[in-house]
Amino acid sequence: MPAYYLEALTVTLGIILLMAETFCSCKSKAWVGISAAIGLAVILCLTFIAIGPDAKPDACWARWPLWNFYNFDSLAKFYKIFALVTTIFVLLLAVDYRKILARFTEVPDSEVGTGEFYALPIFACAGMMWLASAKDLAGAFVALELVTVTFYILVAYMRRNVGSLEAGVKYLILGALSTGFLVYGIAWVYGATGTMSLAQISETIPHLKDTTALLFGVALVMVGLGFKIGAVPMQVWIPDVYQGAPTPTTAFLSVGSKAAGFILTIRFLTPFLANEATRGPVLTLLLIIACATLLFGNLAAIPQTNFKRLLAYSSIAHAGFLILALAAWAPETAVSLGSIKVVSFYLATYLLMTLGVFFVLAQVRIQRDGESISDFNGLGKTNPLLALALTVLLAALAGVPLTAGFIGKFFVFSLAVEAKLWIGVGIGFISAAAGFYYYFSVIRAMWWNAPADDKAIVLPSISKVCIALLTIAVLVLGFWPQPILALLK
Amino acid sequence: MLALLVFLPIVAFIAILFGAPARLTAIAASAINLALGLVAVATWKNASLWALSLPVLDKPALHLAFGFTDGMSVIMVLLSVIVTLAAVLSGSAPEGKGKLYFGSSLLISGGALGAFAATDLFFFYAFHELALVPTFLMIGMLGRGDRRDAAWKITIYLGLGSIILLAGLVWLANLTGTFNMVEMVKGAGHIDLASQKAIAALLIVGFGTLVSLFPFHSWAAPAYASAPAPVAMLHAGVLKKFGLYGLLRLAIPLVPEGLQYWLTPLLVLLLGNILWVGYVTISQKRLDLMLGNSSVMHMGYIFLAIAALIAFPGNPLARSAAIVLMFAHGISIALLFGLADRIERNTGSLDFADLGGLAKSAPGLAFIFGIAAMASIGLPGLANFSGEILVFLSAFKSYNGTEGLGPVQIACVLSIWGVVISAVYMLRAYRNVFQGPAVKSTQSAADITCVDRLPAILLVLALFAVGLYPNLLLNLLK
Repeated sequence: MPAYYLEALTVTLGIILLMAETFCSCKSKAWVGISAAIGLAVILCLTFIAIGPDAKPDACWARWPLWNFYNFDSLAKFYKIFALVTTIFVLLLAVDYRKILARFTEVPDSEVGTGEFYALPIFACAGMMWLASAKDLAGAFVALELVTVTFYILVAYMRRNVGSLEAGVKYLILGALSTGFLVYGIAWVYGATGTMSLAQISETIPHLKDTTALLFGVALVMVGLGFKIGAVPMQVWIPDVYQGAPTPTTAFLSVGSKAAGFILTIRFLTPFLANEATRGPVLTLLLIIACATLLFGNLAAIPQTNFKRLLAYSSIAHAGFLILALAAWAPETAVSLGSIKVVSFYLATYLLMTLGVFFVLAQVRIQRDGESISDFNGLGKTNPLLALALTVLLAALAGVPLTAGFIGKFFVFSLAVEAKLWIGVGIGFISAAAGFYYYFSVIRAMWWNAPADDKAIVLPSISKVCIALLTIAVLVLGFWPQPILALLK
Repeated sequence: MLALLVFLPIVAFIAILFGAPARLTAIAASAINLALGLVAVATWKNASLWALSLPVLDKPALHLAFGFTDGMSVIMVLLSVIVTLAAVLSGSAPEGKGKLYFGSSLLISGGALGAFAATDLFFFYAFHELALVPTFLMIGMLGRGDRRDAAWKITIYLGLGSIILLAGLVWLANLTGTFNMVEMVKGAGHIDLASQKAIAALLIVGFGTLVSLFPFHSWAAPAYASAPAPVAMLHAGVLKKFGLYGLLRLAIPLVPEGLQYWLTPLLVLLLGNILWVGYVTISQKRLDLMLGNSSVMHMGYIFLAIAALIAFPGNPLARSAAIVLMFAHGISIALLFGLADRIERNTGSLDFADLGGLAKSAPGLAFIFGIAAMASIGLPGLANFSGEILVFLSAFKSYNGTEGLGPVQIACVLSIWGVVISAVYMLRAYRNVFQGPAVKSTQSAADITCVDRLPAILLVLALFAVGLYPNLLLNLLK
């Protein structure tokens, strides 16, 4: 099966569900979310049998010019799987989040007008999948905008909630600004090299006499991409938008959108990092961004009292670690994984940990009606197993050994030490220590503080299964990371 | 089989989580582990029986690898299994908290065993961290007094210490190009001096924080004072030794010149442990805080042995001295914390002002506590004496009559003063708690029951065995 069928199928699924939702008179919209998740799961299985033109060069589809815009290597496959898995979990999370969503949409406490909330993520997913295959800046830009425009709607979806609207406006304005930077940067790159194709850019760079214009373009594009991945200087929107947006959207933003941003960053930077002429300045730029992002994310997270906002800063902090891995650019060798695989692995573990935490957060939000750290007080007394799961997930985010999070950080530090980025290593360790502090402050609230009331949180079965699954995965990958690395082969 | 030893407590923890009777499961697992540990002492040289290595990751090459590198690992594993059994036997969980109480104790034990048995740097570090998390949680949830402050303090201190340590370890692995600890040490000798100095500093501060080296020690006494008994026993007795074990296992062979550079500061710091913390210990008004501080103080002696080993590489006595004292201190402090918990349960207080004359109503408790106190002071015939005398002798191993006293010898002379300090605070504590007229809280206090004596007897036996015949351990180190 040609690989581009995957995106086509995903979009088709989204359109069909939108139509079906419009004409169906069911009161509950849960079925839209469930069928979307099932549909994506089928596409996820198809990913494993999808092939690129190299596998079947004689087929007529293999000669289609589309392949100038679209490639299907192992990295593309990995990030397509990543986007699909994220979206499936987000949809399941959204199904369990119906109650809050219904409260703030058209008719309070009825699910009228909430159906699109389950269909829209599918389109964002298609955009992310396309980004994973980006080979050309024009194509990549269109895919990126598909993701961003979908998020404009998803962020402001709770239209009777001031926080959500505020988040929507902020996201829209800053998103538009970053798009401007991105397009302007692409224009400079095009002006300097005369092509939008990443492969041709790579071939052109050695012949350039002066790379100043090109590097200016790269810097502008990095600002635009920084918006997606949550890196300094475009990180300002993250806390407000994460806090205001509906929790499933926040989860989607912090995992899916970030990963899509990173795969595009990797694709975009590869030609520049492969060439001697541009490598030095680009790496310096990355190192500066990494250090600033690490410091901002981790230090600003310390005084937070709202858990969702804390997760926003934590998402910035993790972006810092990921960029540090890129700043320590290393190709894959016999003894080292190389930056691209490390970033991909880190993102995969980040997906598991973060989505798990959001599942718990959503239930606390629904049943204790709050998102601050104090709303987690005494969870260890009322729901010991849930608290244990959240402890594992948070410890993994903090990077406690024998969890998946530690292995990711460990890879990043190994790369940074290998590249002798001592400033980055130092700031990274300070950040990791700060992370220890703020993640453990939630663990502390759960286990050491008394609950406001003794009512236990009742987990819906979907959330229960997902949390258990994600927690176990975080633990197993903590001492056996091979499965994810096998996906990357 | 070593993997079995490490994973048995963890499996038992999971079993408890899913409803197995907490206390019984914990005792059974620890008893099996003690038996395995004793078998290990006899057969540890047979690598095919004990070692295990499963590849976990290709790049960089990581293995879930366990094995007895040398006698030191055997002794530390033995210490862990003895103290674990004593801890779960003497612990008594608050109503309804049995799962948490015994489960966490097992997890701490599993983590400590894993750290001592691991031959892969990654898992060496990881298992220690695994043990720390339940330690923090237990102190915060089931501790007494200012438990939250104490728990938060230990979390921050040890978290930071671990991260500094991680920096040093990653650097070491990067320079040696392997995570296999045996190969690392074999390939030692090509690390340049500048890196050695930096790594040595990171390791001294990192491991030092974990072992409560002065001035990174202030987490220890409040944490031990508020910790539930098994946690105090396991952490002070076993887990804390991880830092010393790491210094002996990695720092000494890999960065000898770097350590040499920091020798004088290290001597000053260890004197801080012995003298400064010693005086602090004397002024304590509560038994638990006093024991916590005394545990910090005694770390100074072990650091002295390490310093002697740094100053005189290949010092034949210093390494054995450090290891014997680690073992002895682990057993004696666990015994003391276990008994202190018993005193609190029987009298309701650990404040010296509220206690007195307990020997009349609880002679058994008084007798065993007396032995533990004497061991802690370093009375000949008990294990700590063997350790301490070896430490002092080793410090003079490099002594050269024509050149006078070197820094290590001066530090040693000053440290011997610590023995006096120990005697002062231990005997005062004994007098305050057990002698004099009985007061209200002690008049009708119950004595230690036969069942409760079991763990105490186990530990006392270990103290006497090593005290009277230190070759039991020294033979393992040959």
